[in-house]
Amino acid sequence: MTILPYLAAGWIFLAGLYGMVTSRNIIRTIGCLSVAQSATYVLLLAIGYRRGGTAPVFSDASPRSRVVDPVVQALTLTDVVVGATVTALLLALAIQLRKRHGTLDPDALTGLKG
Amino acid sequence: MSRTARVGLFLAAAAVFAVVFTLACTGLPHFGAASHPYGTRAVAAALRHRTANVISSVNFDQRAFDTLGEESILFASVLGAVALLRPARDERESSPLPLRVPPSTRLIGAILLPLTLLTGVYIVAHGQLSPGGGFQGGVVLATGLHLAYVAADYRALRRVRPLVVLEVADAVAAGAFALLGLAGLIAGSGYLRNVLPLGTFNQLSSGGLVPVINAAVGLEVGSGLVVLLAGFLDQAVEIDTPPAAQDGDRA
Amino acid sequence: MTTADLLPLAVAVPLLGAVLLAAAGNRLPRLARDVIVTVAAAAVLADLVALWHGSAHGRVVNWLGGYRPRHGVSVGIVLVGDRTGVAVALLAALLVLAVVCYSWRYFAEPPARHAGTFPALILLFEAGMCGFALTGDLFDAFVFFELMGTVAYALTGYHIEDPRPLQGALTFGVVNSLAAYATLLGIGLLYARTGELGFASIGAALEGHRADALLVTAFVLVLTGLLVKAAVVPFHFWLPDAHSVAPTPVCMLLSGVMVELGVYGVARVYTVVFAGPHGIPHGAFRDTFVGFGVLTALTGAVMCWQQRHLKRMLAFSTIAHVGLFLTGVALLTPQGLAGTALYVAGHAGAKAALFGVTGVLLDRYGSVDEDTLHGRARELPLAGVLFTLGGLALAGLPPFGLGLGKAVAEHAAAADLRWLPAVFVAVSAATGGAVLRAALHVFAGAGTADHHRPGPQATGDAEEPEIREASRRVPAPMLVVPAVLLAGSLAVGVLPAVAHALAGAAASFTDRAGYLSAAADGPAGRTNPVPQAGWTTEGVLLGCLSALLAVACAAGSVWGAKVPWPAGRRAALTVRTASRRVILPLRRLHSGHLGDYVSWLAGGIAVLLLVLLAQV
Repeated sequence: MTILPYLAAGWIFLAGLYGMVTSRNIIRTIGCLSVAQSATYVLLLAIGYRRGGTAPVFSDASPRSRVVDPVVQALTLTDVVVGATVTALLLALAIQLRKRHGTLDPDALTGLKG
Repeated sequence: MSRTARVGLFLAAAAVFAVVFTLACTGLPHFGAASHPYGTRAVAAALRHRTANVISSVNFDQRAFDTLGEESILFASVLGAVALLRPARDERESSPLPLRVPPSTRLIGAILLPLTLLTGVYIVAHGQLSPGGGFQGGVVLATGLHLAYVAADYRALRRVRPLVVLEVADAVAAGAFALLGLAGLIAGSGYLRNVLPLGTFNQLSSGGLVPVINAAVGLEVGSGLVVLLAGFLDQAVEIDTPPAAQDGDRA
Repeated sequence: MTTADLLPLAVAVPLLGAVLLAAAGNRLPRLARDVIVTVAAAAVLADLVALWHGSAHGRVVNWLGGYRPRHGVSVGIVLVGDRTGVAVALLAALLVLAVVCYSWRYFAEPPARHAGTFPALILLFEAGMCGFALTGDLFDAFVFFELMGTVAYALTGYHIEDPRPLQGALTFGVVNSLAAYATLLGIGLLYARTGELGFASIGAALEGHRADALLVTAFVLVLTGLLVKAAVVPFHFWLPDAHSVAPTPVCMLLSGVMVELGVYGVARVYTVVFAGPHGIPHGAFRDTFVGFGVLTALTGAVMCWQQRHLKRMLAFSTIAHVGLFLTGVALLTPQGLAGTALYVAGHAGAKAALFGVTGVLLDRYGSVDEDTLHGRARELPLAGVLFTLGGLALAGLPPFGLGLGKAVAEHAAAADLRWLPAVFVAVSAATGGAVLRAALHVFAGAGTADHHRPGPQATGDAEEPEIREASRRVPAPMLVVPAVLLAGSLAVGVLPAVAHALAGAAASFTDRAGYLSAAADGPAGRTNPVPQAGWTTEGVLLGCLSALLAVACAAGSVWGAKVPWPAGRRAALTVRTASRRVILPLRRLHSGHLGDYVSWLAGGIAVLLLVLLAQV
């Protein structure tokens, strides 16, 4: 199957979403958000793959050697950093919410509705 | 919505998404296909600029503006998370007590800590040559410092972690990137344009601005991450939450 | 230095200001911090004004790092300052400056050790918005989109002593991040198909492929992040939760310009990337997003009328207006775009002013609840006048800029669907009427306070007061800034030069070929004819009609139950019963439950996929 890696990305995204929908704890929701995000890593890296290509680093390889696409790797690096920092920020909010509200169960967070 | 309705709505949507996404994937080039126009151009441009690690060339030269935005995100979320994790008005900070740690653990920590820091510096410095760079090396630097906590205790970590200095270093390093971009403007060639000699391919000083920006990013990631982790660790170790704020605690 | 060099400075200058504040903020006195942030915000504004003049004769393009395109393609990132992009950045810069001035005397004492954080984050927010408005690269747009988001989550949860802002910020952060990752998936699909990342280069490369499931999926995924930011139904649930609890100056930015940037992104991405031959057909885009726009406008209007929490009311009114903006943009005509541009500019002034006045109430009474505050603000006549004027402006009263934008957009909409102007009038009347009702209750003490409204609701009581000296006088900037903002909204409608300039911007926005050529270092395109964007008799009449209806709604709601004749009382009762049957279920959907919101997001993606797939 030549599209299986792409399908895996879609599957991971849906798995993350499912976890977020059914979550009973905000920490878990944030974890599942990271799962959904890892779909983007898989998709980007799968797209950049060239059959028989090596890493796009020419310190040991000949400049004429076949390499995988370096652009998606750079994008993934950016994506990883963005994801990690956003997760840190969300966890900081979750810590304070837990202290102020005494719970992180979405069913019990009833301050905002209507 | 009730739980059933929520999951039902999601499953229906997910089924549609799964079918359409699969159809879409059949329209993609096959896995491992050879045609990558941008990728090919990026490799050529990196070699022209004598940067052996093409990913670093893309990140810190060709698409450096992305990375400027990215490290602004890092800077903003460190700033934001640390402010969010500040002690609330009704909370007090207390000093953690010294812990008893087996001497063997201390010894391993004392050996590993400088080694890890050295590795981090190496990874930052060789970003333009080998896999790694400011982001990866910065993370190694920051986590390496926390060996002091793992192998000794929180008081030891606080001694090796000058937070006030690191907070300023985080900001200054973030600004350094933006300023390095201005250098090209002052030189009359344009924002983020390389102003340094490109050096010899595969040498430590090759790649023009790439190693300099790498160093700035390494400093920012390293110090920013320490500050960020300090915010979280303080919550766990140093801050006493008054009982009033913990009403309804169902732990 | 050339005009093109001004483009990256719009990002670099606020960034450097933020760095200075973060590095030295703790050591500086408050005055020095205020000076730094104000100077930085003013410098960005000056930069963008110069850019605005520089872009008068065509797009200003900067290939960063000096990577000029070879054979039409570049390896770098291109910034494109066309007049619409610059105007959007200019609006953001103006609003940031207003917010900075508003905050001079805000927050009695910033938290120790984090003194520079708040102004630094405001400047980073500005950097994100400017970068997003000016970039011509899809992935770069994602990065600045995330920068905007990250800063906004942190600013929303700034009051850590109150659980509601924390919950609102979490909802905001989780839903928006998820949507941003969907966008990134879409970017990945587009990269796989075309091997490019620039708006223009993707757009050009897509012309060689046919419209298939891949194109639709990529389009929907890329748009998901933008639609969530723009709070289009059913992606809107996070907005009231976040905007109702964020610190007031932050609300001014979120509602005034950040949400509108989502609509701008939709328009930019569609016209440059997807609107080419073999792209998403114009008709499909128009029908779909006029539909979503109208649905959003009506939902926002109905929910807005239901609120007693003033900031939540304003948040829903933003949703209602964003629905109208999306409708105007989706018409894909220069006149529809010109009207929307005017509408957005006028709305930013009026909405930010309304939030600003609400901040005064929060400051003095520690509450933003319409019923709790009943009659208590009689002592603030000036604030009352400003609030009422804001309500009238929101209702589309000529000659406010909102009214002009509404009139022009209505005219463009009527050419497409005859009944669309009715939606504009009804939505304006309901949102303006809700504000006027609140003004009558809070500032005039008219009618009676209704403490027992049915159904789920957020009360605006026991808010964390944002300033801790209740006895002091209202700080002058907190009333002067809303007044200036309202005057700005008025100027948009009164000065024909503004309308003409924005109409010209709209004309060049629809020139896809010109954008593609400029980004590829090609020759400048032809200039499209500038649409008509002035007051017409029809526009003035419709504006007066919606303002009158708003006044009638407000008066009916305040005094309706007390009318002496039975028919009036019966009418009021019927309205009440109907609202209980129809509106309560709608309100229950706004449950504050994160899992629900994620489900709706998935549902929205699925519906868009099906609707668009059926049309290509």
